[in-house]
Amino acid sequence: MSTLDRSDVARLAALARIDMTDADLDRLSGQLDVILDAVAKVAEVAGEDVPATSHPIPMANVHREDVVRPSLAQEAALSGAPDAQDGRFRVPQILGEEA
Amino acid sequence: MSVTDWTRATAAQMADALAAGEVTSVELVQAHLDRIAAVDGLDTPSAVHAFLHIDAEGALETARAVDADRAAGVELPRLAGVPIGIKDVLVTQGLPTTAGSRILEGWIPPYDATVTRRVREARMPILGKTNMDEFAMGSSTEHSGYGPTHNPWDLERIPGGSGGGSAAALAAFEAPLTIGSDTGGSIRQPASVTATVGVKPTYGGVSRYGAIALASSLDQLGPCGRTVLDTALLHEVMGGHDVMDATSLDEPVPPVVDAALEGARMDLTGVRVGVVRELSGAEGGFQDGVKQRFEESLERLRGMGAEVVEVSCPSFEYALAAYYVILPSEASSNLAKFDSVRFGIRVEGATIERTMAATRAAGFGDEVKRRIILGTYALSAGYYDAYYGSAQKVRTLVQRDFDAAFAQCDVLVSPTTPTTPFKLGERIDDPLAMYLNDIATIPANLAGIPGMSLPAGLAPEDGLPVGFQILAPAREDARLYRIGAALEASLAAEWGGPLSAQAPELEVGK
Repeated sequence: MSTLDRSDVARLAALARIDMTDADLDRLSGQLDVILDAVAKVAEVAGEDVPATSHPIPMANVHREDVVRPSLAQEAALSGAPDAQDGRFRVPQILGEEA
Repeated sequence: MSVTDWTRATAAQMADALAAGEVTSVELVQAHLDRIAAVDGLDTPSAVHAFLHIDAEGALETARAVDADRAAGVELPRLAGVPIGIKDVLVTQGLPTTAGSRILEGWIPPYDATVTRRVREARMPILGKTNMDEFAMGSSTEHSGYGPTHNPWDLERIPGGSGGGSAAALAAFEAPLTIGSDTGGSIRQPASVTATVGVKPTYGGVSRYGAIALASSLDQLGPCGRTVLDTALLHEVMGGHDVMDATSLDEPVPPVVDAALEGARMDLTGVRVGVVRELSGAEGGFQDGVKQRFEESLERLRGMGAEVVEVSCPSFEYALAAYYVILPSEASSNLAKFDSVRFGIRVEGATIERTMAATRAAGFGDEVKRRIILGTYALSAGYYDAYYGSAQKVRTLVQRDFDAAFAQCDVLVSPTTPTTPFKLGERIDDPLAMYLNDIATIPANLAGIPGMSLPAGLAPEDGLPVGFQILAPAREDARLYRIGAALEASLAAEWGGPLSAQAPELEVGK
């Protein structure tokens, strides 16, 4: 399989929404490459005939009665937010300079 | 019973003494708060640092109410009045919850996890929240955003992880019971290195509603104690179906307390115990003293009538690799919720995207960043089949190996960890070496089966704890307790008491 270089890590960090300094990228790209190399062996035994397991205990769809149950009050749901206004989460502008 | 220091008693003894009116819950809670004050804080000589938050007033309030009800003749649950510590991965209404991460610093959850609610309904005073590796990623607590926990057996060594706080609190006599979570060994490995008992139940056996998710197809909450019976008592409080968790099994809790009592009679006639060749150190990498104590424990099981056979699980060679694909993949998805909007800290940027990226950079530690990046990569287009898809196939192979092994025996056993606890700092810069701690515990998570670690003695070469792991088929959690209680009783007869009593005295502060 492939290897991860510094520019790959920078791209992945952007996708994962984590700012990284140059020092972060240097350190992480070396470590990640070693880990990736170690985990790549999963492909060695994954034959076409082996089904995938996504969930350790097989379960059918789980349903409940369609009845209203108590849920968090609006005030409680907003209580941990860094910023809130008029009963809503308040965030910085959502469109960037390029928009 | 006449006891001078209640922190040394078992939870079962505390419950019996409360019922008999020999002690009050307020006295028990105060004794543990005093112990915490003497050994846990960073300003004490020992600075165990098992707790991230102490709720003295809340615990005493619960204790006073239990004492009043008991005096009034109200019927109470078995563990009512017995104090407990809760891993900081579980949300607790009104009590800070961080999962060991700076990104959740100061967050007070507006609701209780189902397990938290069950602990409250059992009328158990909550002493506080225990330390852990950030979002449960780690095997040493060194990845906690709030500083590591120290192993009470040797304060320079790791207490295991991620639930090092829950395990160290038991070993330091700061709590008789604690709750843990186990994604790849985070209950069993800390139990192993602190000479305590920890159980990962069958996947779905305990509700995860309100547990901050790491890897949802692997995570399971479980009980931690100093004895097998205490652990079983807590298991029955925590377990059972919950409509709030769609993966929760709609089945009765296995009879683990009865199994522990049966095991303590030390008769294992007819029980078939399988030694997993790939996990027994036969192929190297295991410390001599760990192998020695493991072999001696097998001899004890034989002495109680068990038949010991060797089994092979060849796919386990790939389990660690599969785990370190599946876990980062699922974690990268689960941790996307930490977006600076709904809870936790915010580092302001010009736009919401810049704010998210700055917040996550400031709030997450290195190990969390490593795993998110790895998971983002493994799930990305073009690589999904090679990594996540292949890892899920390895999961099938691991399950088949377990099925074949359990066709030949009732339980499987191994050392819990390849070595006794290593020194803090020793592996912090080598992620792969850190990951090897969990080589023997990870297969159970991939297959969803239950596992227990209990003390097997101290390694002769360093005098540090060795853990014995027992694995059972899914839904057969009771077998762990029966075999575990038998081994514990046999060892206690030789030691003249539990191994935890041999831990060195901690220097106490005033």
